[in-house]
Amino acid sequence: MTLLDRHGFRPDSFRRIPAAEMAGHPAVILPGAELTAGLLVRGLGQWIGIDIANTIPAEEVAQLANQVDLIAIAFPGFADGRGFTLGRRLRRAGFRGILRAVGPLIPDQFAYALACGFDEVELPDAVAARQGEAAWLADLAIYRQSYQRDYARGENILDARRLARGGGAA
Amino acid sequence: MYRYDEFDTAFVRDRVAQFSTQVERRLSGALTEDEFKPLRLQNGVYLQLHAYMLRIAIPYGTLSARQLRQLALIGERFDRGYGHFTTRQNLQFNWIQLKDVPEILSLLADVEMHAIQTSGNCIRNVTADQFAGVAADEIEDPRPVAELIRQWSTAHPEFSFLPRKFKIAVTGADDDRAAVAVHDIGLRIVRHPETGETGETGFAVLVGGGLGRTPMVGKWVRDFLPKPHLLAYLEALMRVYNAEGRRDNKYKARVKILVHEIGIEAFRDRVEAEFVQLDPARIQADAEEVARIARYFAPPAYADLADNPSALRRARAANGEFDRWVAQNGFPHKVPGYQAVTLSLKGIGEAPGDITSAGMRLVADLAVRHSQGEIRVTHAQNLVLPDVRQDELFDLWQALAAGGPATANAGLITDIIACPGLDYCALATARSIPIAQALSTRFAAPERQQEIGPLAIKISGCINACGHHHVGHIGILGLEKRGEESYQITLGGDAGNDSAIGEILGPGLGASEVPDAIERLVETYLDQRQPGETFVNTVRRIGVQPFKTAFARELHHDAA
Repeated sequence: MTLLDRHGFRPDSFRRIPAAEMAGHPAVILPGAELTAGLLVRGLGQWIGIDIANTIPAEEVAQLANQVDLIAIAFPGFADGRGFTLGRRLRRAGFRGILRAVGPLIPDQFAYALACGFDEVELPDAVAARQGEAAWLADLAIYRQSYQRDYARGENILDARRLARGGGAA
Repeated sequence: MYRYDEFDTAFVRDRVAQFSTQVERRLSGALTEDEFKPLRLQNGVYLQLHAYMLRIAIPYGTLSARQLRQLALIGERFDRGYGHFTTRQNLQFNWIQLKDVPEILSLLADVEMHAIQTSGNCIRNVTADQFAGVAADEIEDPRPVAELIRQWSTAHPEFSFLPRKFKIAVTGADDDRAAVAVHDIGLRIVRHPETGETGETGFAVLVGGGLGRTPMVGKWVRDFLPKPHLLAYLEALMRVYNAEGRRDNKYKARVKILVHEIGIEAFRDRVEAEFVQLDPARIQADAEEVARIARYFAPPAYADLADNPSALRRARAANGEFDRWVAQNGFPHKVPGYQAVTLSLKGIGEAPGDITSAGMRLVADLAVRHSQGEIRVTHAQNLVLPDVRQDELFDLWQALAAGGPATANAGLITDIIACPGLDYCALATARSIPIAQALSTRFAAPERQQEIGPLAIKISGCINACGHHHVGHIGILGLEKRGEESYQITLGGDAGNDSAIGEILGPGLGASEVPDAIERLVETYLDQRQPGETFVNTVRRIGVQPFKTAFARELHHDAA
């Protein structure tokens, strides 16, 4: 797998590991079902992440938000956009940790993923080999501005128009 | 009409540049065909039976003369000299080459147009009443809100990979001409139920309508949504759909299936639960921005005129054909002395919705001369000049009659809606256009059409129902049965205020049998109607049984 953030490809400091073997690792990603077990044996300063499916109900989202350092949301296929909504809901629920999209996304979704609150994308190596770092970073630079105000993106057109009229940003 | 500012212009240019890189990455193999497909679809590019098709967005059906001329140019340079207006107020070019698409998109951007989100599993081009802003029965012009939704839904980071396509329609009139009940979301501008005529306006919201293989009429999810809450409410609704809409079966992935499976009450509760967590003021455009958009739709400077001027009366008295055209294709304008007129793209024996580049230029010129330079596209695949002075109608008609779209059949039996069908479409199971042409020819006589009165025939070439057959007064669905085209007839559908899905009359017919079968239905109506009663009202009053009997008689007759 290849890890990517807004600056490009980079090494992954987290390791996927079962809770039973997590001792001694500074940063781990546990299977979703092992979160409770992992939290019980968490070491001092140890970073814990979990893998979750994109089908988790909205009510459960809030409970996760304050318990872990990283949430990795599965994208079973690039056309399955449920992860965008789940990412958005996690951020709204107050999750301030690392949000990771895991799966065969395409570069044309990278800006969308960041706008929905993701920090990074974990790609199958085959996808990363076909679509190199430059293609991903290019997607972030394509739109000078976008139309939606309340997404974690650069400038939005609504505020830009307001500024042009002489008002402050909302 | 709306004009792009620097931000809209930059956005559309950026989008063209992005699509160019997507095509390059597809050609280099960086993008697989599967990966490229949704990207090209979200830019309006389909691969059809014989060629690529490009579907161009005409937001809420509003076009300027300049834009129509540009479409004429594109039709000549990159297609075969004509274009096809669709049931979603868009325009399709059916014979383009993939390599030309970036250049075409650039030509569109030159006139503030695009093909963004005319296909794909995203929020599609927003549609509206073709008479918006001029209709006498209008509470409020729906175009400013349609434009607001167009911008908000464009390249939405969260809602660009939905379970399935998503269509929104808006009307501001009493009489629903935008078929809002058969859209994923239908918005009706209404007055507050308690404060009445003097009160604020807002939206009544329908959800879960749609046609396709499981036709459904939308259900009310909100009786009154205050205007400043609109985008937050749409965001909440889209979020529920994106998270919970089915993805295991593309035929069950539309929001209508989710609403049907969990029930409208549960769906409403989930949307409201999401909505209360949002801050509408953060999501909604601010009041100044809403006002900025609305100013583009301010009424033009109308002259102070009286209705039905003597010049018009004299011309109508002297020319029966002109008189019929005004009576049939004219639509009441809210300003005295003016009229909106439908330019029928349903000439007898022609392909519904098709128009040549020469025809587009003629309409563009006439729009400049007679209608403030503006043209509308209807979901019935016709054009409208919205702002014609009544004392200029005769000049307009004469210019049209010299080879333009002047057929006096708006709303009549030959004003047939038809999808492109098996002549073009990769999904089609049967041809639609030749059926429309045969029916149009059969019922060509103007007097006969007048005698029959309002009757909407709608033809789809497959179960996906782009020809809206389910809501035709008479619907015709083309299927393939043992290698033959077979046409299923439905009766009693309606796309307007009394939305209804038509009922199947009996077994499918061969193409050559369709005109006789429709003839028999029309005869039954003429035989049974009460004075002044329209076709669909007769069907409602007497039910489908008498028509079924007539239909079955037809079959026996053929068998014998």
